[in-house]
Amino acid sequence: MQATKQILSLARARLTSHKSNLPKYVRAYSDAATRQVTLIPGDGIGPEISAAVQQIFQVAGAPIEWESVDVTPVMQSDGKFGIPQTAIDSVIKNKIGLKGPLATPVGKGHRSLNLALRKEFNLYANVRPCKSIDGFKTAYDDVNIVTIRENTEGEYSGIEHTIVPGVVQSIKLITEAASRRVAKFAFEYAIANNRSHITAVHKANIMRMGDGLFLKCCREEAEKHRQIRFSESYLDTVCLNLVQDPSQYDMLVMPNLYGDILSDLGAGLIGGLGLTPSGNIGEDGAAIFESVHGTAPDIAGLDKANPTALLLSAVMMLRHMELNSYADRIEAACFGTIKEAKYVTGDLGGSAKCSEFTNAICDAVTQL
Amino acid sequence: MLSYWLTLCINLHTVLLLVNFMYQLAYCSLIVSHPVGKQVVTMIPGDGVWPELMHSVKDVCKQAGVPVVFDEKYISEIQPQQNCSLEEFVDAVTKSTVCIKGILQTPTGKGNTSELESLNMAMRKMLDLYANVVLVKSLPGLRTRHKNIDIVVIREQTEGEYSSLEHESVAGVVESLKIITAAKSKRVAKFAFDYATKHGRKKVTAIHKANIMKLADGLFLESCKEVAKMYPLIEFDDMIIDNTCMQLVSNPYQFDVMVMPNLYGSIIDNLAAGLGARHSFAEAQGKNIANPTAILLCAANMLKHMNLERYGNRIESAVYKVIKTGKVRTQDMGGYATTNEFTNAVCKVL
Repeated sequence: MQATKQILSLARARLTSHKSNLPKYVRAYSDAATRQVTLIPGDGIGPEISAAVQQIFQVAGAPIEWESVDVTPVMQSDGKFGIPQTAIDSVIKNKIGLKGPLATPVGKGHRSLNLALRKEFNLYANVRPCKSIDGFKTAYDDVNIVTIRENTEGEYSGIEHTIVPGVVQSIKLITEAASRRVAKFAFEYAIANNRSHITAVHKANIMRMGDGLFLKCCREEAEKHRQIRFSESYLDTVCLNLVQDPSQYDMLVMPNLYGDILSDLGAGLIGGLGLTPSGNIGEDGAAIFESVHGTAPDIAGLDKANPTALLLSAVMMLRHMELNSYADRIEAACFGTIKEAKYVTGDLGGSAKCSEFTNAICDAVTQL
Repeated sequence: MLSYWLTLCINLHTVLLLVNFMYQLAYCSLIVSHPVGKQVVTMIPGDGVWPELMHSVKDVCKQAGVPVVFDEKYISEIQPQQNCSLEEFVDAVTKSTVCIKGILQTPTGKGNTSELESLNMAMRKMLDLYANVVLVKSLPGLRTRHKNIDIVVIREQTEGEYSSLEHESVAGVVESLKIITAAKSKRVAKFAFDYATKHGRKKVTAIHKANIMKLADGLFLESCKEVAKMYPLIEFDDMIIDNTCMQLVSNPYQFDVMVMPNLYGSIIDNLAAGLGARHSFAEAQGKNIANPTAILLCAANMLKHMNLERYGNRIESAVYKVIKTGKVRTQDMGGYATTNEFTNAVCKVL
């Protein structure tokens, strides 16, 4: 309890100093009225945790207006099932989206929403901050990394064919344009978020041309951003080091498959996908933030779900929209509540309901 | 005993065995006639600290009275002057069928040579070492983040992402080919199930990304499933690679034997090794401080595979005992002992 008070007072001190720097800024937003964000509540526990996030945002007074859309596939004019056009239009209009977990119908033959959104908005970078959470003990308590994953090509190009029966060729596609784009984003993210060190993860000893090209682009961007320390490391070495001493990494930038693996590994280090936020960044400021955990149908509707991942994703969203003061406050309240451990959900070893946890965060937000 | 085993061992396979990522041991069992009494083991001393560590293996084997003769073949890429030819080495291994090998360093900065053209790869190709086996087991008495880990990682290592087929279609657009074949997938899957059967393991998990690479990894998964049907006593399941990584760091105890294509193998090997084992340092050459634990355990496994189980077990338990007692530990395990002191301690227990 003492510790929580300390945290809260610290956060408060930080916030007041923050506020004093930003009077114009805050006013600009409050004047410019609220901003609309598309909300995709999702399936399973999705609606509950989305409601929790909305409640907390309201208490915090974040200038966000939610436009909730349903993405259940419908029959389209060409006879195929797909996302309703209204949902896509909403994201096109707002450019920013927050998405809960979606149940992917396996083998139903329609394009997944993720893929459609990714194509539509050119969501080329996946960002996942993984930070150890005070109050939830894992084997690792010194994790603070951000993984940045190229999201449009690489091993997931989808170009595959059977040459003769029993022999399959799968093409990993690496282009200079996409590699440079994600490398540039990584360095800009590092500067905007006070990060100091970027490690490019590759396997250029084996895929000399493909990963070599990716590496070349990273090096060139590093030259342009000299204030950020840059290093390169083999994928397998990073895996080994991550599980032995994750504190040696700050930010990791990498092609698609490696990013997929390392971002989940990072989540594993801090206690699973229920605690890690994720953001997909596209061109022209478009971005979709999401929780990457499953829909947990077994506890859906029972008020047992943990909204942390979606809440932290929403916090990332606020930072992306440069509403940092709200982001800091909500984040501090969330971490403070988890650390206090009085009202935490079952997956964090507590016995609180989702609503109790949410209320506790709301209380903390108002105290800050 | 020996002849009994030789008649039994009719399936031809060649395996490269690797404990804890840096410790290699090539290992073939072909049907050839052995001299009565002592078996021949080809030995490559390796580069860096490895000749010292191989010395440790020889000392310990001698102390334990293991009936093998080491036939040293000097081969190295960084000091190629005294090399025996690759052909001579391959001949020797084909005859002896077993080889214990120190790590060969691949010289960097030699223009266009990638690791795929290195001596290690050449050996792998010529001997068709298709399966890479990594045993990850926590050592009693050593403090690591996770305890009691006991996983076997089996990796296909002749195709997949390591095909070295790449081209630049137009400037700035590179294609790298990943090749998966049914034949090689089945071969490694069969090896995994055989390994599980032989070593009393309960479960084989196939690791893949078939949700994305539907054809390539799909073929690998299908092949594993097909082979699994022939082994009803061994439980079979599969897991997607990214989830596997997450599960490995949060709950590594759910895994037993894992089988996977090339690149994923490289990832899981290192992850698993990082969980339970410790890294040895490469710059220890000539300082007499390197840790011979892994290579000694490797030698013990080699002996077990050669059906010299009694000796293998003796060496293994001697090493465990020395570590558990905790009096003689090398620097990387938090002690001050030299390589020689550690070796002597093991010999003394024997």
